[in-house]
Amino acid sequence: MTTIAMGEMEQLRKEADNLKDQITAARKAMQDTTLQEAAASINVVGRVQLKTRKTLRGHLAKIYAMHWSTDSKLCVSASQDGKLIVWDSITTNKVNAIPLKSSWVMTCAYAPSGNLVACGGLDNMCSIYNLKGKDGNVKVMRELAAHTGYLSCCRFLSDSEIITSSGDCTCVLWDIETGTQKTIFAGHQGDCMSLAVSPDFKFFISGACDFTAKLWDIREGTCRQTFGGHESDINAIGFFPNGNAVITGSDDASCKLYDLRADQELITYQDSSIMCGVTSLAPSLSGRLLLAGYDDFNVNIWDTLKAERVGVLAGHDNRVSCIGVSSDGMACCTGSWDSFLKIWN
Amino acid sequence: MTINTLLVKEGCPQEQMACFRKMEKVIVAMQDPDMGMKMRNQRLLITVIPHAMTGHDIITWLIQKYCISEEEALHLGNLLVKYGYIYPLKEPRSLVLRRDESPYRFQTPYFWTSTQWPATELDYAIYLAKKNIRKQGELMEYEKERYSLLHKRINHTWDFVVMQAREQLRASKQRRKADRIVLECQEQAYWLINRPAVTCQRALGRNRVKSSNCLEGFLKHSEQYQNHDPIMQGCLPSNPWISDDAAHWTMNADVVPVPTRLRVERWSFSFMELLSDTMGRKEFMTYLEKEFSAENLCFWQACEEIRHGENSRISEKVNEIYKNFLAPGAARWVNIDSKTMYKTLEGIKRPHRFVMDDAQMHIYFLMKKDSYPRYLKSDLYKNMLAKAIVPQETKKSVFPFMRRQRHSSPSPAQAATQATEEDGRVKEAGQIAEIVSAQQRIRAVRKTL
Repeated sequence: MTTIAMGEMEQLRKEADNLKDQITAARKAMQDTTLQEAAASINVVGRVQLKTRKTLRGHLAKIYAMHWSTDSKLCVSASQDGKLIVWDSITTNKVNAIPLKSSWVMTCAYAPSGNLVACGGLDNMCSIYNLKGKDGNVKVMRELAAHTGYLSCCRFLSDSEIITSSGDCTCVLWDIETGTQKTIFAGHQGDCMSLAVSPDFKFFISGACDFTAKLWDIREGTCRQTFGGHESDINAIGFFPNGNAVITGSDDASCKLYDLRADQELITYQDSSIMCGVTSLAPSLSGRLLLAGYDDFNVNIWDTLKAERVGVLAGHDNRVSCIGVSSDGMACCTGSWDSFLKIWN
Repeated sequence: MTINTLLVKEGCPQEQMACFRKMEKVIVAMQDPDMGMKMRNQRLLITVIPHAMTGHDIITWLIQKYCISEEEALHLGNLLVKYGYIYPLKEPRSLVLRRDESPYRFQTPYFWTSTQWPATELDYAIYLAKKNIRKQGELMEYEKERYSLLHKRINHTWDFVVMQAREQLRASKQRRKADRIVLECQEQAYWLINRPAVTCQRALGRNRVKSSNCLEGFLKHSEQYQNHDPIMQGCLPSNPWISDDAAHWTMNADVVPVPTRLRVERWSFSFMELLSDTMGRKEFMTYLEKEFSAENLCFWQACEEIRHGENSRISEKVNEIYKNFLAPGAARWVNIDSKTMYKTLEGIKRPHRFVMDDAQMHIYFLMKKDSYPRYLKSDLYKNMLAKAIVPQETKKSVFPFMRRQRHSSPSPAQAATQATEEDGRVKEAGQIAEIVSAQQRIRAVRKTL
């Protein structure tokens, strides 16, 4: 029986490889130019030097996540000292310091309306806090519990809906009012580490420890496209500002840009001198620059179209765990395990 | 609970197991001797099948047990059938739950997908061979194809396959007819779920765009937005982070008497840019009112409120939209094609968050193709652009030499030496600059006298 089984396996493996080759060929047929040729005509960006404008001090332990509010002045950060702090980044004042039930927080998010913030982590739950409560106190509004793994990332669609990604390999769309799951997006074969919502709120992308990124249709609940090519866990993911491409950052020390319409990887951002993983990334407003945080305590700035490094932000004394560019594109905020947040531009 | 209905063929991934466990809990509850379903003998042609139930009974039980609506019970029941926990006795290939007297049975746990009985190609071949031998022509088209494929692939063991098939058929003849039918149905149901007719060829059939077009798209976007990217080009009147002057934000607040030029230019980049800006939307509304087509934008806005608003108010909002925009003779009737209108009106009977999507898309594209380009050419827009402010750059007067160059710079080594030179100069410059700025202020005051 074993020889029969082996024979079958070989046949099946060959068939699978054949199909994979066909898909690769179809993709390659659409690759009619190289990045160098296409980007030859545009201006060189030159060296980009950003300086720290503000340092937000107050956390007592590693900062794991931060997210800008849509007004580009307030931001929220989460640290494993068990606090969620909403900062006025201009004055560096703390607008709210919210104590958390579980200090093992891994992600935080600001709602587009500015009324709510969310966080979650090893407690497997996403807790929603109302910042504009009647009596001025910030209280837990909902606790969304159903994941069987840690909460790695969450993003609001509006004050009524939020999408979460989890270590149980699924992403979930929740109805905040009722606290129930509306859609489960299953398909990843490894822990989902991060997610990003498209500018038109119709799709979202997730990056996971199975080395792939998937594009999901929020309304249909299905996976539309899968992108592979990374050689290790994908830790960070974001949309190019026009919504037509996905940028991923991975433990294999590279970032990749996948185009949704070409259905393939178009550009890789890597350098032989960089050997540590990417923890977080954010594109600038025009998409020309990509800011990526690494394990070696630095942030590298890449020219997205020429795939060259054009700057470094060195200022943290420990790993850069999160990074975000405000919605008006004015400033970039980095959060680190050294417990500080820095605003750069 | 919605799961992707295309099953993965190689075993059962972790995330689907969670869903299967939930379904199995329901199945076990259904078979509970006290509170479970009442099962009886069902007549199938001339044979009596034990432990069967009707579709109608299943739905009634689900409604009672979980206090859900009939529609939900039907949906849940259908899922149970699709995933092989309950199978139909009549029309076994049609995996749907019928609300009538059609008989169904529970699938034995041995054949549950979650049990992950390693069903190999060999087992599938034996099953198909049995069917073929039992009754010629009973195999469906796709089964015939697979049968011949398997015949080619595992040709070396074909004798074994046929022998096994014959053995199993002989053994089954020894059983009572009712048992035989039950076992055959169970096996058939299992293979229908695990080797479905439809194969997943999505990835091969996808339309792809050439990479040159895609890269060009990114180039164009970056170029268009370069002046609007403060990290690349700086911003006017000054970067609030450096100068501590919030003028930039005040000038670009949601509603201002006169917007900045950059902002008005951005409205011409895409229709979405215009609609996302509060002032832009207001201006566009004014233009549409002149053209007597403002109801389109009002309709679009109302649909957005449904998509992003509270769940509890969806029905109320949908009714409002119907009264104002879709009902015959409505005050602000919108022009939608008959197919979309029909689909929307049907959907309104059971309102949900996305019920207005098709109609909203139709009106969006109508505005985008027709009103938007005309707006950009209109006097209203051109006047706005002409009136728009280009803020004066306010230099931070204390350190005039520190004004940053954002364009291509010399090599980093050169830049470093420049920086140290500048640092040296700054201290003297500071004092001189203070005198200069004081003089400027005096001049300015003099001008006003």
